[in-house]
Amino acid sequence: MSTSQQISSTRPTSVPPQSTNHAMPESPNPQPNPVKMRAKNVNFFYGSFQALHDISLDFATNKVTAMIGPSGCGKSTFLRNLNRINETLHDTRLEGEITLDDENILDQDVTAVRRRIGMVFQRPNPFPKSIFDNIIYGPKINGMLKGRNAAEIVERSLRRAALWDEAKDKLHESAYALSGGQQQRLCIARALAVDPEVLLLDEPCSALDPIATAKIEDLLIALKETCTIVIVTHNMQQAARVADTTGFFLLGRLIEHDRTEVIFKNPSRKETEDYITGRFG
Amino acid sequence: MRPTMTPRNRWRNSVNNVMLTLTGVCAAVSVSSLFLILGYLLFNGGKSVDLNFFTKLPLSPGQVGGGMANAIVGSTTIVLLASLIGLPVGFLSGVYLAEFSPKSFGFLIRYTADLLNGVPSIVIGIFAWSLIVHNMHHFSAIAGGFALSLMLIPITARGTEQFLLEVPRTMREGALALGAPMWVTIATVIVPAARKGIMTSMILGVARISGETAPLLFTALGNEYWATSLNEPTASLPVMIFTHATAPYEDWHRQAWAAGLVLLGLVFVANILARTIVSRGASLPK
Repeated sequence: MSTSQQISSTRPTSVPPQSTNHAMPESPNPQPNPVKMRAKNVNFFYGSFQALHDISLDFATNKVTAMIGPSGCGKSTFLRNLNRINETLHDTRLEGEITLDDENILDQDVTAVRRRIGMVFQRPNPFPKSIFDNIIYGPKINGMLKGRNAAEIVERSLRRAALWDEAKDKLHESAYALSGGQQQRLCIARALAVDPEVLLLDEPCSALDPIATAKIEDLLIALKETCTIVIVTHNMQQAARVADTTGFFLLGRLIEHDRTEVIFKNPSRKETEDYITGRFG
Repeated sequence: MRPTMTPRNRWRNSVNNVMLTLTGVCAAVSVSSLFLILGYLLFNGGKSVDLNFFTKLPLSPGQVGGGMANAIVGSTTIVLLASLIGLPVGFLSGVYLAEFSPKSFGFLIRYTADLLNGVPSIVIGIFAWSLIVHNMHHFSAIAGGFALSLMLIPITARGTEQFLLEVPRTMREGALALGAPMWVTIATVIVPAARKGIMTSMILGVARISGETAPLLFTALGNEYWATSLNEPTASLPVMIFTHATAPYEDWHRQAWAAGLVLLGLVFVANILARTIVSRGASLPK
């Protein structure tokens, strides 16, 4: 498939005129979108194996940033460092700096960081609780229920995740009564219930059929009004459809990060072009 | 005969038939022995269980009648004591093993728990005797409960660990990603997700120690009358079965059968109750 065909499916989204190429993060030009999160010289190790090499990447506020690349290229590993969930694995080490609103999250209380940076996983992972209890879980453990109506939070979160109409009549049934695509939207609603500023998605559609995938993509585009979104995807068309900027990862390195259009139509690096045009990966 | 029936085929078929029969017979033997025990117990015990059994104290040899009310209460007390110590300690050890223990230390604990699980119950009895009975100078329900709790701890710990580890990692990460600290994640997501399995292993553990006799011979000893405190010799059903069944009196044999049936019934009822409570609420997807 040619790259122009892939691009033709891109929805008209406002793309920042300024490139956020990692090669010049300190660009003197005023950016219309300030940087919400920034990774600076990130190295990451599983034991003695170095999975990420010196990655610097900016995530623009209220934009969708996609990270693409072949399996094992480190894109998921990188994503999982942005909310420090990789710390829960044994024998891992992170070097460098990751900032949220210009403050290093590695110096902050990890639970507070994760409250502000939500995450949606590859496979839907609802808790073995009711739909209602799944959504209210985050607000409850974060002490956000005082003086607020739990039912309102649940409705608002489900509406934001475009699941309200399907779920409103079975709020107190098990979350496993939902289909796979609905479960994934439930997980998005669960993440939204704590009002995260950033939403990380790790191949959120890889276990879903095309219709469920389309729903989630529409949802992401709507959500960036209120959230900064980072999505890892195997599916290049998906990156083309939803992302404002796209980063290409290869062998633990960030090869290139630019406006999605540029990455797909006119990449500056040969590796990117090879991958985009399907020469490998 | 079919044309493909070569001698080799015939040999294979006959081996197949022999093995099929052999495995079937073995399965039948193992199941039928269970039913034989149950049937024999029901037959002999059923004849002997009456209201007196639940309300009266044992009578001295030669007199006909009486019951084992004190042993029913005593057994319940001792098993409750053992559960009070053994279930929390075992459960929390299991949580530590599954969620926190470093590899080498975890291996040590796991290995020790398995060893403890394999220690003959009479050795546990002697240990509890020398630690508690010997130092307190008398037999007691406390000593009995302690001995049984030693048996319950490894069963509960390994069961808890096993079922916690079966909870998918993604579920932990889901809770952690919402800002839950580790202990909140364990208490509100992981343990509830593994609840059924954990409860089942606890029930099996309690059922197992309810029938233990050897540890109680050295610790709770037995009592012909009501125990008035936890600190004195206490009657229990397994020990009652032992003393009554080995005594040369016809009516005591009858009582022993009744005690066996009642013990089985108590374990059975506790089992069903616990399972009913556990089965409420959502469970993990298969």
